[in-house]
Amino acid sequence: MVYRAHVLLSSAAEQSGEIEQALLDSLYNLNLQDEVQVLEVATLGNPRLEPQIVVYPEGIQYVKLTPENVQHIVEEHLYKGRLVEDLMYVEEPVEPLPAPSTKEIRVVLRNIGKIDPLNIEDYIAENGYQALAKALTEMTPEEVMEEMKISGLRGRGGAGFPTWLKWSFAQRASGDAKYVICNGDEGDPGAFMNRRVLEGDPHSVIEGMAIAAYVIGAEKGYFYVRAEYPIAINTLRVAIEQAREYGLLGENIFGSGFDFDIEIRMGAGAFVCGEETALMHSIEGKRGMPRTRPPFPAQSGLWQKPTNINNVESYANVPQILLKGGEWFASMGTEKSKGTKTFAIAGKVKRTGLVEVPLGITIREIVYDVGGGILNDKKFKAVQTGGPMGGCIPEQYLDMPVDYETLGKVGSIMGSGGFVVMDEETCMVDIARFFMEFVQDESCGKCVPCRVGTRRMLEILTDICEGRGKPGDIERLEELGEYIRKGSLCGLGQGAPNPVLSTIKYFRDEYEAHIYDKQCPAKVCRKLIEYKIDPDTCIGCTRCARNCPVNCISGEAKEVHVINPDVCIRCGICSQVCPVDAVHIY
Amino acid sequence: MNVVSTEIMPDDPVVVPEKKAHMDAILDANRDRPGATMLVLTLLQEEFGYVSLPMQNYISEQLKVPLSHIYGVLTFYSSFRMTPIGRHQVNVCMGTACYVRGGPTVIDKLEQVLGVKVGETTEDNRFTLDICRCVGACSQAPVVMIDDDVIGRVKPQDIAKLLRKYE
Repeated sequence: MVYRAHVLLSSAAEQSGEIEQALLDSLYNLNLQDEVQVLEVATLGNPRLEPQIVVYPEGIQYVKLTPENVQHIVEEHLYKGRLVEDLMYVEEPVEPLPAPSTKEIRVVLRNIGKIDPLNIEDYIAENGYQALAKALTEMTPEEVMEEMKISGLRGRGGAGFPTWLKWSFAQRASGDAKYVICNGDEGDPGAFMNRRVLEGDPHSVIEGMAIAAYVIGAEKGYFYVRAEYPIAINTLRVAIEQAREYGLLGENIFGSGFDFDIEIRMGAGAFVCGEETALMHSIEGKRGMPRTRPPFPAQSGLWQKPTNINNVESYANVPQILLKGGEWFASMGTEKSKGTKTFAIAGKVKRTGLVEVPLGITIREIVYDVGGGILNDKKFKAVQTGGPMGGCIPEQYLDMPVDYETLGKVGSIMGSGGFVVMDEETCMVDIARFFMEFVQDESCGKCVPCRVGTRRMLEILTDICEGRGKPGDIERLEELGEYIRKGSLCGLGQGAPNPVLSTIKYFRDEYEAHIYDKQCPAKVCRKLIEYKIDPDTCIGCTRCARNCPVNCISGEAKEVHVINPDVCIRCGICSQVCPVDAVHIY
Repeated sequence: MNVVSTEIMPDDPVVVPEKKAHMDAILDANRDRPGATMLVLTLLQEEFGYVSLPMQNYISEQLKVPLSHIYGVLTFYSSFRMTPIGRHQVNVCMGTACYVRGGPTVIDKLEQVLGVKVGETTEDNRFTLDICRCVGACSQAPVVMIDDDVIGRVKPQDIAKLLRKYE
């Protein structure tokens, strides 16, 4: 039966029974029951507007209804085709959402928010699994690899190794069993690209993995997803189950004789497991510690079998490359960095969130055009890319193109795509200390330079932030950083000094201000600042005193308040709650 | 490293029959899967909230894996705990974005309201306060997770109200 109109009826209101009865009766009286379909749905949104209905195809929402109203709506809107304006929901004026930036190109994120990730048919409707079908029925593994080579796709996990080359190593390796792994251990603070892809478009990753498995000759795949992403894990579970039901995973896929199935393994809160050899140890049920390479996973990986391991985003690109061709992918980006990259813009920008832009775009374009500029129109200070092993890039490189090589040249890395913007209120020494604390905590302890070196660096940085910095500290940090970089096995250790070395390189004056003048120019380091209440501005509202976590603010109501600096922990809550901005940092 | 008691507490899963049966079910379902140690420990942690030393001993016997290996895995990964936790787990995200946008201030306030330090459980066993790594909700920074609820744009002055929901 084809209906002319559909009415969605909210079942959330107490009176929804009466409303439904009135609706059905009125429709029947006008003989519209075969033309208009009534669908009872859960809530339609704002509970204060109940009872409510939405009439399609116009999408008109009628709110705060009574049975009499409903009869009127049926007569006017559904019978005569005239809208009942006084019952329509009028949206309170809200600031319109910013239009998506024209600088964005969506390849990996193309389906996000557009399809239901829990319904495989939605993905199939967007040409899903066509690339896999094409690969299995029309292409040899070599032809798939050739297409990948033309595309120029490089590993999106951070290191940027050409994906086709990785696949070719695993393909050529001999072994009775081979594995493909998807690295979904997105541990970089400030990065959530993979999470969004896994939660919003899981099948694109599954399809990419299946294609990789076909190329290298693997029958088994593992998803390694961090335990902090429960929604992603659940979405994946459903997706894998549905793919099996549809015969897109399992035996003899598309009648080609190719067998492939996937299992999910969860991380347990160890950052270093994002490193490929550590990740494989973790799947094997061991402590996730990296090992020396070679042998590379392509020769001897999971359970000593040839293994191909790629990042979520790398796999998600694969189906599109096969469908639209390597040439199409290579037409985006720069000469050596092809295609698009997702970035998680966070920190002090107006529009935080996930974006996908062609590689080669400048930092300025990402911060100002895509990110909408700095929060509260403050001054841009630096952007931290690549997570805790990346570096801070200062203002003078705002017009630098974002690609693997250029980022490396200025002392940072592409990483998985974290993009944390900092403004003039961010202390670079404090940020360096924060990252050092992170890597020190996450160092697995295998390599002495990383285990002990990061701790020594953290101690020096803490001293500097707390006003105990000494002349020579900067040089000591540089020296230690160099040892750690050279003497560690994996990317975590080798990259650990990056945030410190890059901030010393570009913001040496801030370090010097901390050490020699015992001052924090950004007014962040707690031991080097003091909160004071301006007696001329204070209105004695007592809000600061009531919110102070250590009760160090004294003063009667309607009288000037005073902070006791000996007890104050410099948390800054008083300054946040003050209605007249009377609390200042000195 | 915290000293873990070898004493078997009265509510330890190894001595409570229903809990023990549950443990056995988890062990039986996974013992033959490759990489079983991690799978079993993750599931037990999810089920009971901790993996006590007596439990580790039992797992070691059952999986025929040395206790040292199990202890090694448990101490390596930060989401495992060896002691019971409070009814609700309050995790403050300390990812970069949350740190820059006031995560430390949120912790100060939580410590004050709950009267415990990070890593501790309140006396009434209601809350365990902890910090966690980036939860991937950076655009909502600063973020606090209470059990499975992700609460974004947390203001220190709202924290007391926030906690009231969790009994």
